Amino acid sequence: MNRVSGVFDRLGRAVLENIEEMGKILLLFISVLAWMFRPPLKLRNIFKQMEFVGVKSIFVVVLTGTFTGMVMALQGYYGFRMFSAESLVGATVALGMTRELGPVLTSLMVTARAGSAMAAELGTMRVTEQIDALYVMAANPVKHLIVPRVIAGVLMVPMLTVVSDFVGILGGYFVGVHVLGINSGVFVKNITRIVDLEDIYNGLVKAACFGLILSLIGCYKGFNARGGAEGVGRATTEAVVLASITILISDYFLTAVMF
Amino acid sequence: MIKLVDIHKSFGKQKVLDGINIEIEAGKTTVIIGRSGGGKSVLLKHIIGLLKPDRGQVLVDGTDIAKLGDRALNEIRKKFGMLFQEAALFDSMTVGENVAFPLREHTRMKEKEIRETVADRLRSVGLTGVEGKMPAELSGGMRKRVGLARAVAMRPQIVLFDEPTTGLDPVMTEAINRLIIDTQKRYNFTCVVISHDIQSIFAIGDRIAMLYEGKIIEYGTPEELRASRNPVTVQFLSGSADGPIRIL
Repeated sequence: MNRVSGVFDRLGRAVLENIEEMGKILLLFISVLAWMFRPPLKLRNIFKQMEFVGVKSIFVVVLTGTFTGMVMALQGYYGFRMFSAESLVGATVALGMTRELGPVLTSLMVTARAGSAMAAELGTMRVTEQIDALYVMAANPVKHLIVPRVIAGVLMVPMLTVVSDFVGILGGYFVGVHVLGINSGVFVKNITRIVDLEDIYNGLVKAACFGLILSLIGCYKGFNARGGAEGVGRATTEAVVLASITILISDYFLTAVMF
Repeated sequence: MIKLVDIHKSFGKQKVLDGINIEIEAGKTTVIIGRSGGGKSVLLKHIIGLLKPDRGQVLVDGTDIAKLGDRALNEIRKKFGMLFQEAALFDSMTVGENVAFPLREHTRMKEKEIRETVADRLRSVGLTGVEGKMPAELSGGMRKRVGLARAVAMRPQIVLFDEPTTGLDPVMTEAINRLIIDTQKRYNFTCVVISHDIQSIFAIGDRIAMLYEGKIIEYGTPEELRASRNPVTVQFLSGSADGPIRIL
């Protein structure tokens, strides 16, 4: 009996802790919104973060996008060949990339690269008292540290998604047309016939939401890091895991609402 | 100027401050001494509003800062400068940008004026031509000097020092002590130092307060503390392992 109640006790505690954490992340989001529009805008910080989150992630996004498009073409071809519908490979790759894989893979790669760095950087600032130093100098850390990162996340993940969509379709084209021998005109024609602009727009809206999630969680975990190097390491791991899970779960609900 | 009235603070079940009462004199250097982990840094963080007491008042120029909202607290904080234990310089900024940070944040000074002020503050702590260096390129002593230059950038009325000589060799310890005295004379600020370095305590302190088990058990001039018969103070100042201070 004691063992059973112990399990429920731990379960209940874990649920309460998670709800509390979600509440704190929401409060941080409200605080970010409140500070975002309060001048001065700290444009230099924002551009610096945009460069870090966006420009420096291009290589990894191009790599993952290209190979995802290529493998989708390969897998799609073997499926469609069974009922002689190989011509739909291009449209399938394009739909898959714009609606789903472009935003999700891009945001997961940015989480791994930039979300983790946000948690590590802010965590290090926390344990070395740099965040306390900001408070002491009457400067708000949310304004200085978190707002630029969140803006960069929300703006740059959609831009990277455009790149990922493009190179993914290009990769699919290369495999479909040059490796598998699908007619080039048919490949492109089916993409333009089946893929709507709305598919692309909705994919970009998703990407902006994922950018918000990964930057907010990365900053939250780093900002609340405790306990030296070990605490920073823990915050970084938790940020990547929590942001990735939240992106995948929210992806389902966003898809259900939008498409 | 700064008055702490019956300050209590606990973290979970651990009581750290248990009724602190102290009045810090304006224009003087007050050193708060006590064991490592004895609550000195917690006390300092109360003075600048980084922590709020569970009970009691933190009066700065008559205002209880424990009850202030963020905006009003920030106005009070502009009166303060603080040198952190490891200097807490911003890693992503150069030395010049670090010292210029409060000036850019709170004044409308032109870039030329900011550059001149930064050079002046760095010169006052014995550094020249280091504006372009990154904090990672500096030695421990230099980082503390830059931290002090940043702390006095706005000519604050009060400067707090969190164990300024910890981790420094004896020569650098003496240099930093001298620097604190010189800077205090030059800018005429009220100085609150927390330390457990006996050499430094008597070198810089006009008043010394002994914190033990969450209370100020002794407060007076260096001479008064030297003459103290309180067994805790005597043991602490002599650095002996035998006495009433519990080791573990």
